[in-house]
Amino acid sequence: MSKTVLTVDDSRTMRQMLRAALVDAGFNVVQADDGVSGLEALEVETPDVIITDINMPRLDGFGFIAGVRSAPRHRAVPILVLTTESDAAKKERARSAGATGWIVKPFDPDKLVSAIRRVTA
Amino acid sequence: MASDAIADIKTTFFQECEEQLAELEAGLLALEGGEADLETVNAIFRAVHSIKGGAGAFHLNDLVRFAHAYETTLDHLRSGQISATPAGTKVMLRAADMLADLVRAARDGGAADIARGDGIIEELVALSGAAEESAANDDGDGMDGLDFTPVQVSFDADSMDEAAAAASDAPLSARYVVEFMPKPALYAKANEAGLLLRELARLGEAVVSCDIGGTPLLPDLDPEGAYLRWTVTLPGDVEEAAIREVFEFVADDCDLDIRREGGASPAPTRAAETQNPDILNLLKTLEAEVQAQQAAASAPSPAQPAPERKAAGSSPAAEKPTAAKAEAGKAAAAANAAQATIRVDIDRVDRLVDLIGELVINQAMLAQRVAEAGLGRGSAVATGLDELERLTREIQDSVMAIRAQPVKPVFQRMSRIVREVAEITGKSVHLITDGENTEVDKTVIERLADPLTHMLRNAIDHGIEDPAKRVAAGKPAEGVVRLSALHRSGRIVIEVADDGAGINRPRVKEIAVRKGLVAPDAVLSDDEIDNLIFAPGFSTAESVSNISGRGVGMDVVKRSIQALGGRISISSRPGAGSTFTMSLPLTLAVLDGMVVSVAGQTLVLPLTAIVETLQPSEASVHSFGTSGQVISVRKALTPLIDVGMRLGFRSAPADSLACVAILVESEGGGRSALLVDAIQDQRQIVVKSLEGNYGHVPGIAAATILGDGRVALILDVDTLVAAGQSISLQQPQAA
Repeated sequence: MSKTVLTVDDSRTMRQMLRAALVDAGFNVVQADDGVSGLEALEVETPDVIITDINMPRLDGFGFIAGVRSAPRHRAVPILVLTTESDAAKKERARSAGATGWIVKPFDPDKLVSAIRRVTA
Repeated sequence: MASDAIADIKTTFFQECEEQLAELEAGLLALEGGEADLETVNAIFRAVHSIKGGAGAFHLNDLVRFAHAYETTLDHLRSGQISATPAGTKVMLRAADMLADLVRAARDGGAADIARGDGIIEELVALSGAAEESAANDDGDGMDGLDFTPVQVSFDADSMDEAAAAASDAPLSARYVVEFMPKPALYAKANEAGLLLRELARLGEAVVSCDIGGTPLLPDLDPEGAYLRWTVTLPGDVEEAAIREVFEFVADDCDLDIRREGGASPAPTRAAETQNPDILNLLKTLEAEVQAQQAAASAPSPAQPAPERKAAGSSPAAEKPTAAKAEAGKAAAAANAAQATIRVDIDRVDRLVDLIGELVINQAMLAQRVAEAGLGRGSAVATGLDELERLTREIQDSVMAIRAQPVKPVFQRMSRIVREVAEITGKSVHLITDGENTEVDKTVIERLADPLTHMLRNAIDHGIEDPAKRVAAGKPAEGVVRLSALHRSGRIVIEVADDGAGINRPRVKEIAVRKGLVAPDAVLSDDEIDNLIFAPGFSTAESVSNISGRGVGMDVVKRSIQALGGRISISSRPGAGSTFTMSLPLTLAVLDGMVVSVAGQTLVLPLTAIVETLQPSEASVHSFGTSGQVISVRKALTPLIDVGMRLGFRSAPADSLACVAILVESEGGGRSALLVDAIQDQRQIVVKSLEGNYGHVPGIAAATILGDGRVALILDVDTLVAAGQSISLQQPQAA
């Protein structure tokens, strides 16, 4: 059975890129467009891995990660943060909020898939 | 990814850029107006950040570089390191314009003005000023900030030498020994020691051993604790960087030691050594045990599961959802509204519009057939048809509503024009927009930008005075241009009003006389003089400035508005300013028309142009010249235009007394009476472009298909009236 990835990003471009890359790699893809809708998606979905952006309206990535980690149902799901090279401080904050790892933007599909592989069984 | 998928994503990216740019500008304007809260600043930042992110994916380097500099300054703004001064906001607005240029250059393949961009980058950096120093260390694009991947990442000289030595003698004799001991935090972040081992095993043949010596007895075991220490031996030809990369995500959450050993002696073993093939079994057993223990231990022990502590520790992030919810109910509502929309390809909507057009025509044909079949209006069929007609009209309105868009995007673009022109002219101008959410058909919106741009340029260049002059005249130094939109009786009315000097009538007349547009001795009303600026070939600029002098005069504005089925008029008060008023149809696809017959032809007159219908009588119609006729309407003489003659349907003038005169008004306010044989009907018709399918015909605006399947031409009232007026002026001279 193929793995399910939940992507949380407010940018349509990024969502489309993630979907294209992940579907090509054989994943099921579920998408949400900000932290709030990401948490809503988690009420019905059981993803194997979550990929989230940081800067989002309504609820940002930090808040979203904290939300995922504080609920028993998904606290053990690996979360990868989409970040840019220069966001060292943001990476650190995401990690302390409970992110499993990160993907540096711009990413190529191979990097994306290998990052997922590294955190999923 | 397939290349067309990438092209698709790129299209999305540029669409999204436009939205982000609009949001950026709206946010900055709110900032400028002092109405910005933290969420606005965040939205501004996100807009630039998103553009940068997407641009990076497509390797749009100029765009990335600029967006990065911009983002850095905005980040300082967001974090409160700098505050939004008026001057600073202006720089940021200019930066937004530059960003828009770069986006469009990237999209359309042109070249943006990189030098200007660099200038703005310098301004942005200057803006960040003091903040820059403290931020300098995270500006080095990350490397110094990555404290969890310490300096060891790079090979130092020794290990390079060693690697070279190892490669030259026996690779097997050298090896890496990796020792790591996860901390509870590693598991709390959903990392897995087993996965790390698997990744290590991918690099080369791995010998893994596990030290379980630190594991306490069951009663003392914290199910979420971490007690195992792993030792992995890897071949010497594996790259150390690759090993470090495996631990990239967890470097802070485990004790890690990676060392290179040159000797051939076996790896230093600890208790319970296991060979590679058995590692999975061991892991499985451990996993099963841990899970069993986890279940056994009262799982939701309130005491201290690590992740919960984490969440509480980072309280700003954890509390944010509640705070955001409580405070930004409006934002949430807006977001919900945004979610309730779908994106549809415009072609599909256009297809639907076309089909509805066919439906309207078909329904009209059906009604005609029913009438021909002799079924009375009271018959069940006729009642059903009425119902169908009502439904058809409703469907039509709904479809038109799909195409309707708020004028906001165009209005937003105008604020940039105002900024630029104000800067070039050295005038201080404030743009106020009103009614931005007024909706109108997409086609109309797209074609509004050019005329509006020109009118605003004109208002600032010619209307608003220099600050010194304004102050001398007792006005505030800053001029105001007001751009507003509203719906009025089935049309959209757009006004461009300035509080400048108003039209300099003596000068306008002087120029018009000099250019031969009016006779030197002509007596003109104020309105007539004002309207001279719409005359072809008229330009008031003393020296052709590079703002208004782009080869476009107000006559072009007028023509483009007319081409949209609109009218434009001006009112001006000396010293108090001028107001240009445009009235446009809400859609170009349907219009309410009066169906008339002329010399056996069926024609349609747009209802909006019609003032009233008259029955010519001997007393009211007066002839002059060879064929000129005027009709007296409430004691005012109005040119009477024989439509059949004008369009060449007949060669001899019609008997005006047997005809109907329709009094029409053009957008300039000029009135004429059109002579037609009879009025047939008044109905909604679907406009079919004649120019697109046939060619331009003077006096004809478009065509439509009637219920009986015949094509009817839609009259271009403005052209007919203009022709009528010129006749009324010329013919007396000829006579």
